[in-house]
Amino acid sequence: MHEMTLVAGILEIAEERAREAGAARINTVTVEIGRLAGVELPSLIFCFETARLGTLAAGAELAVRELPGRGRCPACGAEAEIDFYAALCPACDGCLEVVGGRELRVVSLDVD
Amino acid sequence: MCDTCGCNQPPDAVTYRKPGGHDLPHRHGDLEHTHPHEHPHDHAHPHDHDHPHDHEHPHVHPHDHDHGGGRRLNVEQDILRRNDLTAERNRGWFEGRGVLALNLVSSPGSGKTSLLERTIRDLKAEMPLTVIEGDQQTLNDAERIAAAGAPVLQINTGFGCHLDAEMIRRALTELEVPPHGVLLIENVGNLVCPALFDLGEHAKVVIISVTEGDDKPQKYPAMFAAAQLCVINKTDLLPHVDFDVEACKDAARRVNPALAFVELSATRGEGLEGWYGWLRERRARAAR
Repeated sequence: MHEMTLVAGILEIAEERAREAGAARINTVTVEIGRLAGVELPSLIFCFETARLGTLAAGAELAVRELPGRGRCPACGAEAEIDFYAALCPACDGCLEVVGGRELRVVSLDVD
Repeated sequence: MCDTCGCNQPPDAVTYRKPGGHDLPHRHGDLEHTHPHEHPHDHAHPHDHDHPHDHEHPHVHPHDHDHGGGRRLNVEQDILRRNDLTAERNRGWFEGRGVLALNLVSSPGSGKTSLLERTIRDLKAEMPLTVIEGDQQTLNDAERIAAAGAPVLQINTGFGCHLDAEMIRRALTELEVPPHGVLLIENVGNLVCPALFDLGEHAKVVIISVTEGDDKPQKYPAMFAAAQLCVINKTDLLPHVDFDVEACKDAARRVNPALAFVELSATRGEGLEGWYGWLRERRARAAR
């Protein structure tokens, strides 16, 4: 259940930014979550809906942009979209290194 | 909300204890400082009375008209930034003292504590070893480590499923870690959540025992991808189980081609030299 930790981080960042900008309320929190980041999105949203109460984001929606996994082949340099860690290079069958898809980022807020 | 442990539990639900002693003072004040968002806003609301914010945050401007009275604020911040900043601070702490810090991760029951006990008995005369034990409850593991002869601090995470960098930072204020020694951090038994939380360690060591499935690296790839060494434990039981060592290594290499392996039995002692060799080499590198 590390999703609750992530939600606490999201709310902390969002409230800090909203206060800094003098916002009265947060309507939407937009986050980017990589497909290989190890996050269960339904669980993340469930935790958000519980934890947002009592914060500036009490009525806010969590908008999640999923980012694809990306792998690069250390042998031949080919890149490919991947949805799991143990992916093979489409060009030479080498093991792809994960170069994208682990993102966990708060991108923006819509506020009043 | 306690964001140290990640659960809906109060900050003092996480405890720090040493075997044979009393509970360490909880230091509520200290722990509250790890949640600075809870108080600085109480009194400082500089924006309440003046509203020329559009000029102070010019990047907010272009979005003003797009949202019917609302505004869009750019944020672009990593969700784990607080943990990662504290982890970097811990890393600096280790580097400054030439301490090798290892984060031991596995499922419950793979033999992390047994491996530590054996390592302490065999190496304590050669190098200073200190242990941080992470479990949801009990002082049991810390008592075993203390009996083996190493200084130890038990962190009980309450309902928390992993250790985080702030817990390690706090533990380092309670525990004497000798310069050029080795700090062994036994994480909460869990192959999922600890993969995400950098503690500031030099390396994660993932432990798998032959009584588990040899396809675990495929089932829990994030942990095997994050580790530098994989210890395959309980090899003395291989004749009695279906575990295929080579299949396990192949599965792990597909997730992490650079992963190194050591096969051993912490209770019988076979294969320990490989683990000790790796430890010595890493310790020498960290002490430079």
